Amino acid sequence: MNRFDYVRPETVADAVTAMAGGSNARFIAGGTNLVDLMKYNVEQPGRLIDITRLPLKTIEARDGGLSIGALVTNSTVAYDPAVNERYPLLASAILAGASGQLRNAATTGGNLNQRTRCYYFYDEATPCNKRQPGSGCPAIGGVNRIHAIFGTSPNCIATHPSDMCVGLAALDATVRVAGPEGERVIPFGEYHRLPGDTPEQDTTLKPGEIVLSVDLPDEEFGPHHTYLKLRDRLSYAFALVSVATVMKLDGDTIRSARFALGGVAHKPWRDAEAEAYLAGKPATHETFAAAANIVVAAAQPQSENAFKVELARRAIIRGLSQAAAGTPQSQSDKRIA
Amino acid sequence: MANSINSSGTDTYVGTARSRVDGPAKVTGQAKYAGEFGAPDLAHGYVVSSGIARGRITAIDASAAEAVPGVLKVLTHENRPRTAWLDYNYQDAVAPPGSPFRALYDDKIHYSGQPVALVVAEDFDTARHAASLVKVAYEAEAPTTDLTAQRDLAYDPPKKRSGIKPPPAPWGDAAGAYDAAPIRVSQDYRLAVEHHNPMEPHASTVVWEGDGKITVYDKIQGVANTHGYIAGVFGMKKDDVRVLNPYLGGGFGSGLRPQYQLFLAVLAARALERSVRVVLTRDQMFSFGYRPDVLQTVSLGSDAEGGLQSIRHDAISGTSNFEDYQEVVVNWSGVLYDCDNVALSYKLAQLDTYTPSDMRAPGAVTGVMALEIAMDELAHETGQDPIALRLKNYSESDRTEGKPFSSKSLRACFEEGAARFGWSTRNPEPRSMRDGRELVGWGMATGIWESMMQQSGAQATLTADGKLVVGNSTGDIGTGTYTILTQIAADTLGLRMEDVTTKLGDTNLAEAPLAGGSWTAASSGTAVMRACQDLAKQLFTLARGLDDSPLANVDFERAVFKDGRIAVTGDESRGIAITDVLAATGTDTLEATGSAGPDAAHQKAFSPYTHSAVFVEVKVDEDLGVVRVTRVVSAIAAGKIINLKTARSQILGGVVMGIGSALEEESMLDHTLGRFMNHNLGEYHVPVNADIHDIDVIFVDEEDKANPMGVKGLGEIGIVGTAAAVANAVFHATGKRIRDLPITIDKILA
Repeated sequence: MNRFDYVRPETVADAVTAMAGGSNARFIAGGTNLVDLMKYNVEQPGRLIDITRLPLKTIEARDGGLSIGALVTNSTVAYDPAVNERYPLLASAILAGASGQLRNAATTGGNLNQRTRCYYFYDEATPCNKRQPGSGCPAIGGVNRIHAIFGTSPNCIATHPSDMCVGLAALDATVRVAGPEGERVIPFGEYHRLPGDTPEQDTTLKPGEIVLSVDLPDEEFGPHHTYLKLRDRLSYAFALVSVATVMKLDGDTIRSARFALGGVAHKPWRDAEAEAYLAGKPATHETFAAAANIVVAAAQPQSENAFKVELARRAIIRGLSQAAAGTPQSQSDKRIA
Repeated sequence: MANSINSSGTDTYVGTARSRVDGPAKVTGQAKYAGEFGAPDLAHGYVVSSGIARGRITAIDASAAEAVPGVLKVLTHENRPRTAWLDYNYQDAVAPPGSPFRALYDDKIHYSGQPVALVVAEDFDTARHAASLVKVAYEAEAPTTDLTAQRDLAYDPPKKRSGIKPPPAPWGDAAGAYDAAPIRVSQDYRLAVEHHNPMEPHASTVVWEGDGKITVYDKIQGVANTHGYIAGVFGMKKDDVRVLNPYLGGGFGSGLRPQYQLFLAVLAARALERSVRVVLTRDQMFSFGYRPDVLQTVSLGSDAEGGLQSIRHDAISGTSNFEDYQEVVVNWSGVLYDCDNVALSYKLAQLDTYTPSDMRAPGAVTGVMALEIAMDELAHETGQDPIALRLKNYSESDRTEGKPFSSKSLRACFEEGAARFGWSTRNPEPRSMRDGRELVGWGMATGIWESMMQQSGAQATLTADGKLVVGNSTGDIGTGTYTILTQIAADTLGLRMEDVTTKLGDTNLAEAPLAGGSWTAASSGTAVMRACQDLAKQLFTLARGLDDSPLANVDFERAVFKDGRIAVTGDESRGIAITDVLAATGTDTLEATGSAGPDAAHQKAFSPYTHSAVFVEVKVDEDLGVVRVTRVVSAIAAGKIINLKTARSQILGGVVMGIGSALEEESMLDHTLGRFMNHNLGEYHVPVNADIHDIDVIFVDEEDKANPMGVKGLGEIGIVGTAAAVANAVFHATGKRIRDLPITIDKILA
């Protein structure tokens, strides 16, 4: 961990100004990821901008939906009555990740900006294009059982580790940000990016921008949602594959469905073709299997993670089944519904 | 049960459930660990680790690190002070044959993660920051870390490791009998490399006492080993070195050998003539010993009903390129079953890694896993119930040594375990049991571990206030040694546990071996008992010599020590309080020592082993391959149980670790880099609460005479066989036989 300056602005404007001051600054809130990265010398900020005093700590109604401030902790979101009533998928996705202690510290904005858990990214003794652009990607052909099967590039096969973001992707959330050029709104699907030739960039945030809130649209799914997470132990592990699903039904017919996958790409992975296929189809195993097949057709597995293709296919089918049946996966009972 | 320790014929504490005497200190933070002891003017060292696995250092530029304010010294192979040069001086008490690793010795890189520099600074954060500024240039060579690629180079280790029995000579004609057998099962088995990962990272605090003397707090499972190592490596007089380690936050074998942080801390303290602490990071906990990768083949031949006609068990274990690590992997196959044609082999192959090290039930976890899955395969092939098959081939003697067992109550483990589990209602057909979407599987396996004893000393001091202090230098690695020694001492002298204090982990105490091998209860327990028996004799002599002594004309054999008094057997009203004896004789303190060791005659005549039968229920999501271990019954035959509570905890911990080894634990090597990649607890998975459900522990009655207390040891037996039982349950649930552990989702879906 290097030496760094520390500032603690009181307003968003001051935070943005502090970031514009250069010296490789980083915003810090819960610090559950950034501090680890600093200890590993992956991040070596010259300045930490402590944003915990900013007025971004409320969950409020907005445009018929909910606006979740960037500094609301993961625990607060997960147990918020309005979230649980209207967007239980989000609460479930959050509770599928990390531990109680981490969720108490981690924030909404921080969750969006957490970095991959790729072994090589964390290990400064190894090359990594995301950590050190141009140094190479030893995960390709290396230990890559946990890596991406969709949207990879010859430069990077890392995954985004969040559970919450997978839920937000399925919910069609938007991200409100502020920067030197003012505020703007980013559709959730455009917030994270694929690695391409610049794997060091995880998101489409512009230099100096800060997340203000994550906003959820005015929609209702009743019990027709689920967050299903498959991992190497029954709790406290990152997803091998996860799937967040919301569905609207007319009787036994799917009116519309959206689903996002976690653990398989550099961002929460959605497939517009598969979602379009589901609309108007009967909510049957055959329909779900056909949609799953559309998704996995695009998979390009690595040397050790071909199993993720089949696991993703089966997880999609089960996730869609759970959502259709209105029997969302419990995050406390580890038996899969 | 064996005879009591107390002279009255009944023990108050031994054989009962008692809470840990060190529990309050641990949960209130009063118990201090090696990295928590301080000293005025303490400096902090941070290790710089090699990023390559093989090659040499061409240059080290420490100038930027040295320029950081607060940095005191950057030690490298180029500027380190001299230390001993003979391998002999570096060989600790449990070192395998070879040339022990020497940190900062020269420019050669033996393995990835090797320490290449130590940055010492006024505080930890400065040292860590400065360490990131040390630039090391390497000339790298391609490493060899893939054991399968080394198979053809495997060799029989020319020097055998002390205390590790090589495979026995074959008997009968295993190959011929296998070829002739009506039923044949032959498969390869593998268990992933595992790192011990105790909660407490390795740490050493070296306190500079002046005049060349040091006091060392070291994470070690027995301070005598550190003591000898420092004396040998640094040429110091043992009197100038005191080593303490009162508590360990888990060892599992990782603390048997002095590790490089100790070497570096002592080196720095002597160089700076100042107190130094070095604590390893969690990632650096993957830079020394581990449970080795072993390629195993088990071939069983039987008659149509499962009667074994041939057992072959061949193992090739990875080791380092500088030491021939050895453990007992294949011998169990000759001990556990009765077969006329047996051939066992064990070879090594060198890898560019650190030397493996003993990890809870070393060798047995690996070898018994293979044997007990193979037995399940044979049960399936022959249509035999797995327990019936094992009973059919039950060994009544140890054919590897041609000796009877000192005791073997494995039958009782099968019976009591099966009854508790409900095994008799099992449908033997795979995939026959189901609970909703989940397939249900019931599997079982046998566990075995050698019951050992080591030469051990102990001391006991009784003071005029009736308080007794006992102890020796061994470590309590979390197993409950403080508690059982307190129980033993209290019962031997008829005192209350509250009046007895046990001290451990200090070279100023009577010398005792490392805590390992499940031998501590037998070794230190007997030594403490004998020290207390010596005190009893001294007290009796004092008491009988008193004027008008109530013990006048009474022989020692008729004395009973009970309730703080010495009385006469059969007439306990005739007696005197121990404190009154001390007061009346003007005795301030009474001291005694005791020692214990293996009984050579008994050793020659008998083979002592602990046994277990493990029963496991798994539920496996049929589509998604998610495995849940919903129930475990572990029935243990381990002789006399001193403390039912700490004993149960040992088995619970062993079972949990066994579940981890069956389903989760795996240190993943990148063979291009020659480096373990998942070197932290986020990515190296051990079981969490959600993975663990009901675990039921049974101790069957067993009388044994391998040592005076009839104790066989419990630290290891709980893990042995558990992984096989899980794997066998997964087969029963899914019909899929997985021989490459851990059993992860990808293998179930494959």
